[in-house]
Amino acid sequence: MIVARTLGVTGLALCLSTTLGAQGASRRELVWGGDAEGGAPFVEADPANPSRVRGFDVEVAERIARGLGGGRGGARIARFVQVQWSNLDQSVERGDFTLGLSGVEDTPVRRARHAVTIPYFEFREVLALRPEDAGRIHGLADLRGRRVATLGATIAYDLLVAARDSTGLIPLSYDDDVHPYADLARGRVDAVLLDHIIAQRALRRSGGPGGAFVIVAQPVAIGHYVGVLARADSVLRDSVDAVLREAMRDGSLEQIFRRWDVWDPSQGALFDRVVRTDRAATAAGAARAISAIAYLPSLARAAGVTALVSLLSMMLAVIVGLGLASSRVYGPVWLRVATTVYIELIRGTPLLLQLFVIYYGLAGVVRLPAFLAAVLALGLNYAAYEAEIYRGALEAVPRPQLEAARTLGLSELQILRLVRGPQALRFALAPMTNDFVALLKDSSLVSVITVVELTKQTAIYATNVGSWVVPGALCAAIYLAMSLPLARLARRLERRWRPAA
Amino acid sequence: MSALLVIDRLSVRYDSRHVLRALSLEVRGGEIVALMGPSGVGKSTALRAVAALQPFDDGRIVVDGFALAAGPVPPESRLVPLRRRVGLVFQAHALFAHLTALDNVTLALRHVLGQSRSDAEAVATKLLASLDVGARATAWPSQLSGGEAQRVAIARALAPNPPLLLMDEPTAALDPARRGALGTTLRHLSEQGRGLLIATHDTEFARGHADRVVSLTT
Repeated sequence: MIVARTLGVTGLALCLSTTLGAQGASRRELVWGGDAEGGAPFVEADPANPSRVRGFDVEVAERIARGLGGGRGGARIARFVQVQWSNLDQSVERGDFTLGLSGVEDTPVRRARHAVTIPYFEFREVLALRPEDAGRIHGLADLRGRRVATLGATIAYDLLVAARDSTGLIPLSYDDDVHPYADLARGRVDAVLLDHIIAQRALRRSGGPGGAFVIVAQPVAIGHYVGVLARADSVLRDSVDAVLREAMRDGSLEQIFRRWDVWDPSQGALFDRVVRTDRAATAAGAARAISAIAYLPSLARAAGVTALVSLLSMMLAVIVGLGLASSRVYGPVWLRVATTVYIELIRGTPLLLQLFVIYYGLAGVVRLPAFLAAVLALGLNYAAYEAEIYRGALEAVPRPQLEAARTLGLSELQILRLVRGPQALRFALAPMTNDFVALLKDSSLVSVITVVELTKQTAIYATNVGSWVVPGALCAAIYLAMSLPLARLARRLERRWRPAA
Repeated sequence: MSALLVIDRLSVRYDSRHVLRALSLEVRGGEIVALMGPSGVGKSTALRAVAALQPFDDGRIVVDGFALAAGPVPPESRLVPLRRRVGLVFQAHALFAHLTALDNVTLALRHVLGQSRSDAEAVATKLLASLDVGARATAWPSQLSGGEAQRVAIARALAPNPPLLLMDEPTAALDPARRGALGTTLRHLSEQGRGLLIATHDTEFARGHADRVVSLTT
């Protein structure tokens, strides 16, 4: 079953209606960014009016907007812009909006790179397990060799990566917070580590206590949600901090959290600490110096995954493509029709959709491991394109060549094997090489089904260091190092094997 | 001596237009017959019908006892005896572009007659030498001159040792000196007992080298 994410659609509508962003903001507005795809209780499209958003982060933003401006010019009106969650930091520095609020985590890197507000909510990183594992697993240390899922580019993901080295668990990064729990229920992963709000929401969705999974009471770590502003906006940040402290003192923040059913005693303790200390509490954990060198091994590993996925997919595409092409050239009518339908269906629908269908859609019938699903989806997709190349190449072999072979007494199969095939290969090699370069780049799509390849690893790296400049350049260099030699090869083949007149 | 090839009232129509109308001729072993006529008169069509590369609408073709009837071309599996009896040299030679001259000649020996590679290469090397292109055995078709390519194509057609050899416009790309040499080669082949049917519009070549001329008119 594909989990219907109607929020994605409404999120798009929201995005369209607010694309002007902060550039068009009047002085009376506070333009804030969040991700409605993150859903309730953070930010979600209002079911009653999908062009509006609701959630506790929405109300926090509205409370901040009301409190801003104090004596000078009065309150502001909050206006929402839709931003993909993992891009909030980059987007706020670009000036797309003024304040990012959407379950944004307090991390040392974020504090170093941007103007970050005081924490306004305390969350617990909690483990979700299948009920039968609840007696055996109590923390990350019990998960040696097990697959643990979380959302990419989060504190939870960093915790899992750190635990990979210490306890030997296998971290899996997802692009959303719904599928990790779905895959936990299906047995594809053994545990999920995420914020308790997200875990409890997933538990409700799966049918409450006694459902598909249980949540381990003892948290793995504690974290805080903060607002993020552009580094240059530290003055405004101080005003936002003042409003947040005011909202903690006057109880309005507590009311918001109670309304959304996320209030608990630890929030009161957090408020006390924050209101007492004038300077913001420091983020959990010491800031790590993150240099490019530290990321090279993981980028190299991810590049290996990209190369392996591409290579295996291309092999599958060539084999299936040859079958499709010969069916289309030599087969009986029904087979030709069937292959034509397959080719047009595959070429006419997005690869992304095919990935989802093979990984999630087929999960009820066969639970393919992510890597296998990625190779299958890419391979079967490219097979359609390969088939058309081979068909064109087979049909491009001049007829006299085939007739000469017939007059010599070769059978049809021998003609294909000894004359038509080898000659068609010459026509096909250059376009095949081009296709392989395209596949290499399309392989980045498989990150949506938890395969961490080069682009995904780069995105994780970029989120951690808070900039795309170095990671982007490194990533591009690695892709080019793989694709340029291939492109060169294609040009050489084209020159050398230009068919004889 | 009975005829190697009998064409009896052969007719071919394209969209109700006659390309060939009731062509009859015979070729005996040891005989060179020229099929003459201007371009478009159906000379190539007649050769292609004899080689079972295209269907014909009326008449009958018998090659050394193997008969082809009017109607669609039979499947290759039914044409094995014909393929052993007829060799065809195409006007543009149609050498296999991905194989060397030698491998063009050994292809049928190895894969149709089942000879070993070394046996096939020995036969092919001798054939190429007898046609004066022994030195070009390792060349690719794109590296051969027009005359060389033609002689390799003749060697390829002769490799399975067919009694009947068909040639389509063999002098089209040859200078006068080469034409004379080709005539000598053809005579040599006919002296081995083969029958040769040459489609050509080259009157001088036909008069100089053929035993008999059959003229087609529109």
